Formats: sequence, C-alpha cells, structure tokens
Amino acid sequence: MEPEAHGPELVHQFSDVQQQKNAASLGMWLFLVTEIMFFGGMFCAYLIYRLEYFNAFAAGSQQLSIKMGAINTAVLIISSVTVVLAVKAAEAGKRKLLVGYLVVTVLLGLTFLVVKGFEYREKFEKHHVPGSTFSFTDKFDDNGKQYSVNSKEAELFFSLYFVMTGMHALHMIIGCGLFTVLAILAWKGHYTPAYFTPIENSGLYWHLVDIIWIYLFPLLYLISRHS
Amino acid sequence: MAQHEEHTTHSQAFYLFIGFALLVLTATTVGAAFINLGAFNPVVALLIATIKATLVVLFFMHVKGASEKLTGAVVVSGFFFLAILLSLSLADYLTRSGPMWR
Amino acid sequence: MATTAVPANQAPKLNYLNNGHTIKSWLLTTDHKRIALLYLFSVTAFFFLGGFFAMLIRLELLTPEGDLMQADTYNKVFTMHGIVMVFFFLIPVVPAILGNFVVPLMVGAKDLAFPRINLLSWYLYVAAGILFLHCMLNGGVDTGWTFYTPYSTASNSNVVEAGLAIFIAGFSSIFTGLNFIVTIHRMRAPGLTWSRLPLFIWSTYATSLVMILGTPVIAITMVLVVAERLLHLGIFDPALGGDPILFQHLFWFYSHPAVYIMILPSMGVISEIVPCFARKRVFGYNFVALSSVAIAVFGFLVWAHHLFVAGISLYSAMVFSFLSFVVAIPSAVKIFNWTATLYKGSISYATPMLYAFGFIGLFTIGGLTGVMLATIGIDVHVTDTYFVIAHFHYVMVGGVLMGYLGGLHFWWPKITGRMYPEAWAKLSALFVFVGFNLTFFPQFILGYLGMPRRYWQYPPEFQVLNVLSTAGASVLAIGYLLPMIYMLWSLKYGAIAGDNPWHAAGLEWKTTSPPPTLNFDETPVVTWEAYNYDEIPDRPLEVPVAQ
Repeated sequence: MEPEAHGPELVHQFSDVQQQKNAASLGMWLFLVTEIMFFGGMFCAYLIYRLEYFNAFAAGSQQLSIKMGAINTAVLIISSVTVVLAVKAAEAGKRKLLVGYLVVTVLLGLTFLVVKGFEYREKFEKHHVPGSTFSFTDKFDDNGKQYSVNSKEAELFFSLYFVMTGMHALHMIIGCGLFTVLAILAWKGHYTPAYFTPIENSGLYWHLVDIIWIYLFPLLYLISRHS
Repeated sequence: MAQHEEHTTHSQAFYLFIGFALLVLTATTVGAAFINLGAFNPVVALLIATIKATLVVLFFMHVKGASEKLTGAVVVSGFFFLAILLSLSLADYLTRSGPMWR
Repeated sequence: MATTAVPANQAPKLNYLNNGHTIKSWLLTTDHKRIALLYLFSVTAFFFLGGFFAMLIRLELLTPEGDLMQADTYNKVFTMHGIVMVFFFLIPVVPAILGNFVVPLMVGAKDLAFPRINLLSWYLYVAAGILFLHCMLNGGVDTGWTFYTPYSTASNSNVVEAGLAIFIAGFSSIFTGLNFIVTIHRMRAPGLTWSRLPLFIWSTYATSLVMILGTPVIAITMVLVVAERLLHLGIFDPALGGDPILFQHLFWFYSHPAVYIMILPSMGVISEIVPCFARKRVFGYNFVALSSVAIAVFGFLVWAHHLFVAGISLYSAMVFSFLSFVVAIPSAVKIFNWTATLYKGSISYATPMLYAFGFIGLFTIGGLTGVMLATIGIDVHVTDTYFVIAHFHYVMVGGVLMGYLGGLHFWWPKITGRMYPEAWAKLSALFVFVGFNLTFFPQFILGYLGMPRRYWQYPPEFQVLNVLSTAGASVLAIGYLLPMIYMLWSLKYGAIAGDNPWHAAGLEWKTTSPPPTLNFDETPVVTWEAYNYDEIPDRPLEVPVAQ
C-alpha cells in the first residue's frame, strides 16, 4: 500500500498503472493468506482441545454472552458493508461520501472494541481470566442435566478465548488505525477514481478480520446452547 | 502483464442486500444453536459460517468477477493448507487408541 | 589467474555500486541489488556466529567427558547454534542474497514489486538479529532450537526473547516471499512466459509459496509459547491440561516445510550452473520446474515424521511415513535430470560446477538417509541420535550451503564486476568437500551405533569417530574462511569480469557487470527458450582472464 500523491503516480519498477494496481492487489491477498494461516494455528489448537474437553468447553461457552457476541457480529458485518461502499464511493470520485463511510467504519470498529471491553471486564469480574485468579465453578448444562467440569480444562477454554479474541481485537485496532489514516488522506483529496488502491486493499484486510470473527463467534459462543 | 480491469463494482443496493443476508444468517446461526440437533449443531454452525465467509469473499472482496483466476486460486490455497493443518493433526488425535494425554 | 586492478584510465561506468556513496544511500536504499548486499553482510556475520557455536560443540566432543563446559552451558551452545543457523542463516541465505539480487534481473524487471517492503524485510531481519544477540548476551536459551514444551514454557532461560526474535525474523521471510511471488507473476518481461523462465525462478517461486503458507504458523506458535510463559496459560503444559504434542504438531508444520525453503533455492542454483557448465539445455525442463512446486506442496504433508516417537497414533505415523517417501520423488527427479543434463554435455570444471557436483552427490546421500529416517522402524532406532544430525547436515550443508557457494561464485562477476581467483576458489571447494565429509560421515556411524544427540559427554568407545569429526570441522572452517579472504581480495584486484564471463544463458547476463541501478538500459523482449545453449557460442574452457 504505497501512499502516493494525487493521482496514480507510477513507481519506477512498473511499466503501467494497471500492472502496479494488480501487483498491489496480489500482494495484499498473499498477506491475507498469511493471516489465515496465522489464526489457523490457534483454530487448530482450539479444535483439538474442544474435542477432548468438550464438557469444559461447553460450560465455558455457556458463560459467554450471546447477546454481546451477536451484537459484535452484526457490527462487523455492517462495517464490512460500509467498507465496500467506501470503495464504491472512491471509485465514483465522491470524496465526502468516501470519508463518511471510512469514518463510520472506524466508529463501528471502535464499537466492537468497546463491547469486547465490556465482555472482558465481565470475565474479569467472574474470575474467568486464566492465571492465578482463575476460578470456575459453573457447570455444563446439557439439556437440563448439570455436569461439573474440570477447572483446568475450563481454564484452557478461556486461555484460547482470550488469545483468539485478543489477537482478533489487535487486528481490529490496527484496522481502525489504518482506516483513520486513510480517512484523513481521503479528506485531503489523495484518492481519485484513477487511484484508490489503498482503500481497496485495506478493505480486503478488514473483510478478512470480519471473516475471522464470523468463525470465532459460533465456535466460541455457541457450543452447546440448546436445552 | 494483464491490462484488464480488476474489479467489478456492484450496485449499492446489491451490497446492502448481501449485508442483510449476512445479518439474517447470523440470526439463523444463533437460533439454530438453541435447537437440539445433537452432533449436527457444530456442523450447521460451521456451514452457516462458511456460507457467510463465502459471501464476503465473493462479493465484498470482489473475488467473483475478478478478471484473473489467480485471486481465487490464492484464496483457495490459503484455506486448503489450513485444512491440511487441521485435518492431518486431527488424523493423529482421532486415531489414538487410548485417552489423548492423561 | 590475472591479478590486475582496474587500470587508472578506465572510468567505471555508473552502476548500482557507485550510484550513491553515502551510508544513507545504502541504509535507505530500495535497490534490490544493494539490499542483497546488505543481506550478504548480515547473513554472513550470523553464519560465522553459528559456526563459532559449532566450533564450541566440536571442541567439547573431542573428549568423552564433559570437560570443556558444564552440561547447562552445552545445552545453550547447541541451541544457539541451531537457532542461528536455521533462522538467521539457512532460511534467508539463498533467497535474500542471491534471490534478491538475481530475480528481477532474470525476469527482466527494474526491481522487485515492492522495493520498500524489501528494505523493511532486511530491517526486520536485523531487528530480529539484534534481539537475538541481546538474548544471547543475557544467557541465551537452552531448550534446543526446537523449543519443545513443557520445558520451553518452564525453562528459566530467555525463551521469550528468542521466541520474539524468531517471530520477527519470520515476517522478514514472509515479506521476501510475498515480494518474489508478485514480481514473478506480474513483472516478467514481454515474451517471458512461464515455460521460458529460468529454473531458479521456478524454485524461488515454490520457496516463496512455502514462506507465505508456513511461516505464519511458527509465528503463532511462538506467540503462544510467549503468552504461556508470560500469562501462565497452559496451552502446551500438561500440568494445566495442555498438550506438548500439539506444540510439536504446530512447530513442525512450519519447520518441516522450512527445510524446503532452505533447499529449493539451492536446487534452483544448481539448475542454473549445470546447464551452463555442460553447455546443454536442462534435461526435462518441465519436470524440473514442476518438481519444485511438487516439493513445496508435498512438503506440507509430512511434518509428523518428526513426531514418530513422540506419541502420535500408529496409523497417522504410517500415513506420514508414506507421504515422506512420496516427497522424496520430486527431489529424485531433479537429481536424475541434472545427471541427464551432464550426459553428452561439454563439461568444464569451474568452481561453481565443482560445488554443483558436490551438491548432487551430497544431497543424494542426505536425501536417501532422509528416506531411511522416514521408515518408522529405522527411525525408532536412530531418532535423537547423531544419525539424524548427519542426515540434516548432509542436506543443509552438503546441499544448501554448497548450492549457495556455487551460486555466489557463479554470480559474483555479475554482482561485483570482478572475477574471483579461480585457483584459490577451487582449493577452497576442495577443503569444503573434504572437511564436510570428514565432519559428518562419521556422525552417521556414531548415530547408528547409538550416540545420542545433544549430549555433552559420551561413552569412550565413540571417541575416535568424534575426533575425526572435529578434525573435519577444522578443515571445513578453512574452506569457509578462504572465500572470505579471496572474495574480498577480488573486489580490488580481481579480473574485470565483463557482461557474461561464463557465456551463460539468462537475462541477467545481458546487462553489464555490475548492472546499472535500473538493471537494463532497455526492457528486454524475450523470444527464446530457456537454456538455449545450442545457440550461445561456446565459451573457452578456462575462465577468461582480465580484459
């Protein structure tokens, strides 16, 4: 993502603007693949432990707030819409609309983080943060039958919960920062219909962060909710 | 060096429609979680998640209609190798005879 | 062997070396050729650091008793040797030095796709290196380069620093791979179709695929280990419900493909050298090209052969064993095809070719012993013995390093505009070959006889072989020091190389030595197939002297 001056300034290694654009796009997609594999390692750990410690994972999951998780999912989906509309505005040369959509995206991202903050605080208050303060006495409710679970196994659920959602939140923060910078540059008129590559490629990044949450939500929050 | 246009932007209404579909699918997955499907609960949840992810990839990330197949190949390969990591690791754990590691 | 300096009346043409003399013009360069030299400098420094640790190991193992250092210190020494050599030498050596220099030239481009990300790559490498040096000065790590849990999460050595250093170095690698893939896809010169690409490009491409897909997994694994240490999480700690084998799965998911990151570029180098010094097209170009991709893909399917005795299920062990046999096939294809290229070729024995011969022989031994290790029955017997150590040193030193040295000599005229002194180079190659075999062949025997790895003392009956090994290491060290001397010497006194001293095929030889900053005065248009040695006039059998 090269922040260029007004217009698609052709950098010396490319022979034309389209080649430069295609290269930037491919580069961003390859980076997204690394993000998939990066989170993938955690998904692998999660998958294996969930199979082995199902009861404890279900009990832990039942302690998470579906409401907050669902709200966050909706917030992220809407933010993906605003991102794609921002790209559309950039392509049409509508500067103010572009800035507007970028700002809304950042606000939605911050909303997500605030809700996450509330969730984390609740976990802290219930002593579900792994470490010396951890204490888990809730049971796994399976269709009305209550099973007590191994505290260490539940702690593992929360370890993965914090690591996975924490890493996701870190990527959200980076995304918000990125879009804030882009909004400022857009306001100054850096992006034209001939050149809005950074908007497009940052949008790709944001969509991937959304996709990761699309998988995190059911895996973490919806393990065994039926009764 | 391909000289063709990379993206095809859809109409605003179309994107809003996809966004709405994603919200509906989210509600569906929450609702389905409360229905007892036995072993199929996680299957349904992951299936819905995959549909949502596919919609985002195809339409929000402009993979559908991208002029080069390379983009699609890159996406598929990313998920393919993740699948390798997950499935071959699972192949170990699921074929052990005793309890995993007690 | 001509030894004249540049005549005073010959003004050097403006090229990438003299285009800017300030330190800033080097440290803030975006020219891929200068970045390659920055890497050459830093990677070589780490190589000698790793070699220093190797020297300490071999000195300790001269005697059966643990008398040179304490056991804990020895643990740190072999760990540091492994980490430095794997992450700071073997992974970047061919891609970041030779690849960075040669890839844009070979595809006819002015630079890589993202020059500033290329520079960032180098700074990430340096940052990782500094962090690791700091870790070392703080007492280092004693877990082995494999960081197995739960020891690595419990050890009171500097695992966090080392883990973070590896994390940062990983991103250096990822950005390099990303740059190569985009460059190769998007910036080939007109007429340069995939089937006309040099095989070094094919292997660099395959290497880059592995870098992109594999490196993030070690990144997250290191993050998890660091998180576990700092936050007492228990993901890999059995006392807290965690699974140490999960760590091994995640670690080796990257670290096995990592060895293909190491070997594939070197194989690409051999594919450039052999046709040039046999004056023949590569036999079976398509097979060699596709074998690189096959190695990259299959390399992701075999990682648990490092876990055969760790406690994985027998069924998955059998699957991974079978897949490990399969992954040997594309490597064998390359060996056959290089050999077939030599058949009825017009062979000459310049130093790059000597290293190529060394590679072909030593990699074959290393590869075949790898197939032996893939056989579960043998592996159970020799795992964690010196047999494994000998195997991987044959492929990594006999393979990767030989390929690197061959490539360095092959492209030295292009990089510097000077020829290295051929006689000294041949002598050096001989030291390397003899020293290497003397160091590591006895280790196959030691391993088979049961000497464990990572032990600082051993039963007295193993001493003779250990002494031979240490003697070999001393010879090998000379073989590595000599090039440092004569190559530096050649910068001032070496013969002027000219554009194409080897009369080699490839776009990089169609520009001046050294090339101008933007590589080509005019973008080349390619209308010929790769390795068109039947069309290139035969070069004299001796290396040309000063012009």
